[in-house]
Amino acid sequence: MSRSAVVVAIILAAALFAPWLAPYGEAQFVGGVWDPPSVRHLLGTDNLGRDMLTRLIFGARNTVSIAGLATTLAVGLGVALGFLAAALGGWVDALVSRGVEILLSIPVLISALMVLAALGNSLAVLIATIGLLESTRVYTIARAIARTIVVREFVAAARLRGEGLVWVLAREILPNALPALAAETGLRFSFIFLFIASLSFLGLGIQPPAADWGSMVRENAPAINFGLIAPLYPATAIALLTIGVNRLVDRYLAAESRPGAA
Amino acid sequence: MRGLIAARVGMGFLTLAVISALLFFATDCLPGDVAAALLGPQATPEALATIRASLRLGEPAGLRYVHWLAAVLHGDFGRSLATGRSVVAMLRPRFQNTLALAGLAAIVAVPLALGLGVAAAMRAGGRLDRAVSTLCLLTISVPEFFIGYLLILLFSVQLGWLPSLAVLHGGMSLAQRLGAITLPTITLVLVVLAHMVRMTRAAILSVMSAPYIEMALLKGLTRGSLVLRHALPNAAAPIIAVVALNLGYLVVGVVVVEVVFVYPGAGQLMVDAVGKRDLPLVQACGLAFAATYVGLNLVADIVAMLVNPRLRRA
Amino acid sequence: MSPPLARREFLRAAALCGAAGAVGGMASLSGCAVPDGGGDTTGMLRIGMAGGSTSDSLDPRTYVDWMPINIGYQLMNGLVEIDAEGRAVPELLESWEPEGDARVWTFKLRQGIVFHNGKSLTPEDVIYSINLHRGRTPSAAQAVVENIVELRKLDATRIQITLAGADAELPATLSDYRLLVVPDGFEDWAHPIGTGGYTLEVFEPGVRCITRKVGGYWKPNAAHVEAIQVLSIGDAIARTNALISGQVDVINRIDGRTADLMRRNPRFQVIRSQTGQYAVFAMNCEAEPYANADIRLALKYAIDRERLLKTVLNGYGTVGNDQPIPPNNPYFAKDLAAHTYDPDKARHHLRKAGRERLDVALDVSDAAFFGALDAAILYQGAAAEAGITLHVRRRPADGYWSAVWMQAPFCGSYSDGRTTVDGALAKAYKSTSASNETRWRRPEFDRLANLARGELDPARRRELYGVCQHMICDDGGALIPLFMDHIEAGSDKVRGWQPSAIYDLMGQRIGERVWLA
Repeated sequence: MSRSAVVVAIILAAALFAPWLAPYGEAQFVGGVWDPPSVRHLLGTDNLGRDMLTRLIFGARNTVSIAGLATTLAVGLGVALGFLAAALGGWVDALVSRGVEILLSIPVLISALMVLAALGNSLAVLIATIGLLESTRVYTIARAIARTIVVREFVAAARLRGEGLVWVLAREILPNALPALAAETGLRFSFIFLFIASLSFLGLGIQPPAADWGSMVRENAPAINFGLIAPLYPATAIALLTIGVNRLVDRYLAAESRPGAA
Repeated sequence: MRGLIAARVGMGFLTLAVISALLFFATDCLPGDVAAALLGPQATPEALATIRASLRLGEPAGLRYVHWLAAVLHGDFGRSLATGRSVVAMLRPRFQNTLALAGLAAIVAVPLALGLGVAAAMRAGGRLDRAVSTLCLLTISVPEFFIGYLLILLFSVQLGWLPSLAVLHGGMSLAQRLGAITLPTITLVLVVLAHMVRMTRAAILSVMSAPYIEMALLKGLTRGSLVLRHALPNAAAPIIAVVALNLGYLVVGVVVVEVVFVYPGAGQLMVDAVGKRDLPLVQACGLAFAATYVGLNLVADIVAMLVNPRLRRA
Repeated sequence: MSPPLARREFLRAAALCGAAGAVGGMASLSGCAVPDGGGDTTGMLRIGMAGGSTSDSLDPRTYVDWMPINIGYQLMNGLVEIDAEGRAVPELLESWEPEGDARVWTFKLRQGIVFHNGKSLTPEDVIYSINLHRGRTPSAAQAVVENIVELRKLDATRIQITLAGADAELPATLSDYRLLVVPDGFEDWAHPIGTGGYTLEVFEPGVRCITRKVGGYWKPNAAHVEAIQVLSIGDAIARTNALISGQVDVINRIDGRTADLMRRNPRFQVIRSQTGQYAVFAMNCEAEPYANADIRLALKYAIDRERLLKTVLNGYGTVGNDQPIPPNNPYFAKDLAAHTYDPDKARHHLRKAGRERLDVALDVSDAAFFGALDAAILYQGAAAEAGITLHVRRRPADGYWSAVWMQAPFCGSYSDGRTTVDGALAKAYKSTSASNETRWRRPEFDRLANLARGELDPARRRELYGVCQHMICDDGGALIPLFMDHIEAGSDKVRGWQPSAIYDLMGQRIGERVWLA
């Protein structure tokens, strides 16, 4: 197995088996603020005196699941709507595209506050909000790609043959759009990871004391001014996951891009 | 084409109207109002009532919105509820600052991203490709404020080469301004680079697998010419879309960078306006941002059509 | 047009657009439309402070956050100052005399003072300036001057104030930062005229402000620096970096760990002030389960205050004991029962209330006080040992004071120090207060507090205030775990910088007090 696959697998394992793997409790106070690494605390302690390694393991569980679900929602919704808008054109395209523009124009702060005020705070609301807001970006890209493909001759040919819309989308447009969409999905996963932390900072989403890698970077960031590397642990974790996931995407793209493939 | 543009511009105004209504009612529904925000938690009920009366906050929201819309259609964006100053006078310098920062970051980031993406695609799997990929993936893993802190730590605190504050004011020379704005620009470039590089690379690689590319290779075209003249124009659609999204982000989404560098941009102004429930100012900022997105989307679609003439028939 | 030609033209057009964008970018960069200013910078004190916003105004009626207050004190003077020991000393009011029962006070005005526009200071100016905050006015200081029934000029040098309820510490009450003196009838708040040591040169709300020395300042040993620049820097790390990289000389609101870091560096000095600022977790005494006094005590014994002090403030503060008068206040009651962390006592009180366990939610945001979220998380951990399950709910900072404070039954809040004990008690503990966040209403408490306010004999006052503190500590709904120090830091070139008894940055008068070596 490639290195990236190993890294991703380790993180997924941490996410799944967190309570058994973690040496301490997620909310357990074990030492002073920003203690250096020691035998009892392999990565030291965080800004409140909790074990950093434990927080990373539980953070994997909390954030990876939410990010995974939100990414699936965002990509599914964005691609479906983007393809439909491109294939159907006309007023469908105009309507959905304007709706997306409206969503994109509203600053995230206001959207988050509105959602909080209207729907309260829960994981389902968090995932739905992120999924919806991020789908706008996937939509823009999916629509752009699909429009280029839709006007190609082989699509016209398929249409003339009498193939239905869904068939055209699935068998003609999707395979050609897959490489770019795969790259976008990999990146979107990483953006959503950090978006979760921004929303938690605003008060929507993960509630304390649940660990979340993005929030851990923010909470431990002041340590940098004191020459302590505490925030680098969660930052490295995010980087490893990001690089791992996107490298796997690269391998897929490499397989697909040999001339004559697909 | 001209008809298309006219139609899109028309729809653009409609979109702006819808956004203005949404922002107005959403902000109005948030807890608290400008009186409570101005006077703070210690305010007496009488003082609150006095301010509310003078600002006519007692009128129903729908009526206030209609007043605002009518004024805007005459070109009057009104006065800030919190300070009484003209909304346009407050927004214009800050929006100019935002555009300056966004423009500078874009000028550096877009050509760099396209160049790196093309180079990475041409030598897919090689050392350059892997190095570029790793750099990009590192930058998107780190929150923007942290990138900013790290840059400040290195260049301002340790090396002392550049200022940590990006506060601009009238007496500064162009050199001073550029010095102040350098670190925020680098931060933003690093933030948007990854998305554009990776998408360029992916789009070109996906096009490279098409039969006509193999045909061109067999005809004896060099790889460079192949990528630039045959692959790039056909891969342009998603690249243009990503560039447009990131340009939009550079204008609308950089309030975190403004806070870290204390840069007087429009993002911070809007956050302050929302916090104070200063509706006319929120509306003006919102419209400026919305117009940016609408404009960028329109330009992106036009550029896509110019690059790929088949789209003009659609 | 064949496709390849169109593409070439497109590319050319794109290049032109890019160039135009670059030029446009540069043009708007150089034409950044902000007013000119800041030419001469020798002898300029540069302050980087938290507490500014783009909606700031220099009208004293709107002073809610620190940057306008700091600027206000550069341009204008108040009536009374608070010295480093917390006592009221004269500023524009030279001396004062209460009548027997402290309901009527006569004040003598300082003579020979001139505004920046040449006008002499008269009693009419003082009366107008105080009246800005009385009556049907949108002033944030209305509650402060509510007690004034009549305000009149006695002669060319004296004014008389009549109160509804006696106040033995009226001068200290009049030191409020909003009671600044402007000429009679003055309204042009974009260009304030005052009697202070500096005049306004540039003001960009939420960004920066520059003031310049006038010369001939009446206050002895004040106004040393030639000019003062105040920059609004909301982010704590950005403030620290600005100081370290030499772009500012003075910063406020740093946290305890940064303070230790600064202390180790001889280039910087750290000033620590104990002003009576406190953090509070407020329970609504009219809501279940907090209406039960034993439940309140259980919650008070279930928090580890020492740990909070160490972790959240890094020791820069004092442990609080659930009442608002700080230990360094002369009226502090030394015999209060200490509510040290004791899970057993907490359980005991739970059982007295008929329960084995307790399940409550605590709403917080970092808008409540610095480190509120961390404090709540630590509380959550400590309370679990006492059988209390505390759900910490992070609420948005935006609208916190409208949506959460005074709404949620158990939430974070804070209070600045007050210049008088009565001020501290009246704000949140008297039944009549609009900001009584715990809705704890005891008529006996009101009676004692008002009696103490008008009591001129210090021994008797101390006795009365002692009883008040006991009542709040034992029975009240305010869980006050910490008194928080104000910490500020700056370059070692700044001289004459002292800790202050009230607010930070020398009571916000740092501009006129310090000088540069």
